[in-house]
Amino acid sequence: MNKGIAITGMGIISSIGNTVEENLNALKSVSPGISRVEMLQTRHSDQIMVGEIKKTNSVLEEELGLQPLHSFSRTAMIGAIAAKEALEDAQISDVNKYRTGFVSGTSVGGMDTTEKHYLEYTEIEDNRRFIRAQHAGFTTQSISNYLGINGYVSTISTACSSAANAIMLGARMIQAGKIDRMIVGGTDALSKFTINGFGTLMILSDSECTPFDDNRKGLNLGEAAAFLVLESDSVVEKENKKVLGRVAGWANANDAYHQTASSSDGEGAFLAMNKALKIANMTAKDIDYVNAHGTATPNNDLSEGVAMTRIFGEEDTPLFSSTKAFTGHTLAAAGSVEAVYSLLSLKENLIFPNLNFKTKMKEFSLVPQTELVSKEVKTILSNSFGFGGNCSTLIFTK
Amino acid sequence: MSDCFINGIASISAQPTTDPDMFLEELISYHENIFRCHDPNYKDYIKPAAMRRMSKSVKMGVTTASMALKDSGVEIPDAIITGTGMGCKQDSEKFLENILHNDEQFLTPTLFIQSTHNTVGGQVALGLGCKAYNVTYVQGAASFETSVMDAQLMLSEESGKNILVGGIDEIAKNSTLLHKLDGQIKEEDIDIITLLDSNTSGTVASEGATFMVLGAKTDKSLANIIDVETISEATPDEIKADIEKFLLRQGLSVDDIDAVVLGNNGDIKYDNYYKNLQSSIFSNIEQLCYKHLIGDYYVASSFGFWLACKIFATNQIPSVLKVNDVTAKNHNNVLLYNQYLGKNHSIALLQRC
Amino acid sequence: MAELREELKEKLIEQLSLEDVEVSEIGDDDPLFGDGLGLDSIDALELIVLLEKDYGIKLKDPKEGKAIFESIGVMADYISKHRTK
Repeated sequence: MNKGIAITGMGIISSIGNTVEENLNALKSVSPGISRVEMLQTRHSDQIMVGEIKKTNSVLEEELGLQPLHSFSRTAMIGAIAAKEALEDAQISDVNKYRTGFVSGTSVGGMDTTEKHYLEYTEIEDNRRFIRAQHAGFTTQSISNYLGINGYVSTISTACSSAANAIMLGARMIQAGKIDRMIVGGTDALSKFTINGFGTLMILSDSECTPFDDNRKGLNLGEAAAFLVLESDSVVEKENKKVLGRVAGWANANDAYHQTASSSDGEGAFLAMNKALKIANMTAKDIDYVNAHGTATPNNDLSEGVAMTRIFGEEDTPLFSSTKAFTGHTLAAAGSVEAVYSLLSLKENLIFPNLNFKTKMKEFSLVPQTELVSKEVKTILSNSFGFGGNCSTLIFTK
Repeated sequence: MSDCFINGIASISAQPTTDPDMFLEELISYHENIFRCHDPNYKDYIKPAAMRRMSKSVKMGVTTASMALKDSGVEIPDAIITGTGMGCKQDSEKFLENILHNDEQFLTPTLFIQSTHNTVGGQVALGLGCKAYNVTYVQGAASFETSVMDAQLMLSEESGKNILVGGIDEIAKNSTLLHKLDGQIKEEDIDIITLLDSNTSGTVASEGATFMVLGAKTDKSLANIIDVETISEATPDEIKADIEKFLLRQGLSVDDIDAVVLGNNGDIKYDNYYKNLQSSIFSNIEQLCYKHLIGDYYVASSFGFWLACKIFATNQIPSVLKVNDVTAKNHNNVLLYNQYLGKNHSIALLQRC
Repeated sequence: MAELREELKEKLIEQLSLEDVEVSEIGDDDPLFGDGLGLDSIDALELIVLLEKDYGIKLKDPKEGKAIFESIGVMADYISKHRTK
């Protein structure tokens, strides 16, 4: 087995909690964070359900202690909150003591501010600071500046697999000795842009999403940010760090089937899971639990389910669930949100339930874990897939 | 460090750069501060059915990718890594404007689908039927370089791979104009060729794409990428020290460098990053600039990689690139440095093979 | 009805960027998807918006589109029966 790269800290803000602890409590007490839209102005507020962080931008500004006329978008603010918690959790006070990098995944970057100010830029000069803030890289640099990281900083934007790819890149760079420490994850705030975009694809559910259910109607969008601190073994040793878990396997493959839809044989997902097992030097039998992508769209759950039966065998598929019915689909952040949940599963020996499931899908016999269950968990496989055929898989170990 | 050779390269820019037999012999002059690229005939590379929904960046990306693969003799790469500062800006802008002008009604999916940053990477994969590793980096002016760094890392993990790496950025009508509003683009139109001496703030904006095939050394190898580094933020003096450290790690000093390719873009607020080097550690080195030909955009620095390959292949330096009086006898080591608005600095060292 | 069919052909070409297709090349009964005009699932979503925007017909489930968009003829029949504008 690949020993993997040490994870020494984590941070998260999502619709079910503002910290790791609050997220854990919500998962344990089975309190999902799906509601109507309240913070964002949209004409679709009565037609969709979302996973929204119930904090206004001014509350977020205050928590971060931002100066007036700052250029943080909501995406950057929730990112900074989660990344800060991850650094504190890893007990890092001097961020530049080792070669430290920052990689964030985001899909729309600062679109939330752009769509607010776009039509007024010519008139309102003060708002023009947000013109540059739309760019995804700018969002990432707002966070890295806030943390004091000035060296290697990058942004990955592979739609809904972005954060998973950020974690993968961090692990690879540490493994190759290019860097000692990486803060990796992703952030995406709700925006009219994504609500309407997914709306045009007719894959938004008007009620709570039901992953892997035969009658699933589509996804609930969510907003969240989550980051992990990855450190080399030599740093872990020198600093005598606690290790929360390890990233032991990773892979990225492309479905090359359609611009947005996944193939019916789940080829991209199959390739990603298969390769991640190889990198981890494991077989399918070593996996105790799968945190599925499980967006609850007709297309994703079928494609992912088929891919799982190909990897594990229909009868031998380990316990699996999608936690999207708690948080909504948090797009680019999904991979790191679910990485945090995977680490919590490893730590607490709990498997978090797939909510709202009633009816088994016709196409296969797979049934997700629908109750909170206590079970020794040593290895977790987590999937994240996105537009453009992007499929990524991560494997976490104790 | 494992070997990372450029085995094929192609670039679309505001100049006629897609003809492999030409090296800036013919130049197009521009007199507006926002100007588009010089288009090849995209129909030669993309089937009409595939092309009907493609925005400019997808056309540029798919075409340069196809040219670079052809140049290298590789049919299907083992990974596709793309970089873009703004992504598919044209479709994003149209979709956003439709949302705002129609009060979130009557929106169609095509624009949204193509608005994601990874559209080009996905379309290249779809066109080739390539199921391999596929990632898109979006880090301002370092978007292309972070992509190259991933490829370099991948070759160190597993040699023998052929990796397609590209950078793409397009002009979008209104969003690019916004960059005039916030001072990124110069207020008054200039003759672009005079950009470097403009003495005003802001730069000029254009678009383009560069793709390369990276891998182990072959008989087609054009250059060896010795190393690439990106620095998110630094002062001009810190950059000077970073460049020296970068060279030291390769066992080199500035004296070993034959030519430097610099990203000066005529913005008096930030060109001091280059001038600080030009007047000190680079003063005895041949200095080359290119943004007075192709304008600036987030992946404009990828043009530097194309220039270095051309210099190695032709042993020529078009005089229009030269900004000092030093002429190197041989061009074996070419150093690239670029930044934008004092952020996303990149350093790359390319060596003749 | 013939007028509506011509109108639909023009709209189809424009909305779906079928640059190389002429109105005269689309037969009333030619299949729009698959072997015919070669439209795909994204086009189907575009056509759903066209129904809503231009004819005031709102489809809830994208699956309903499959039968309606079989050919220009079928589409024109459906629109003339259900249009609200």
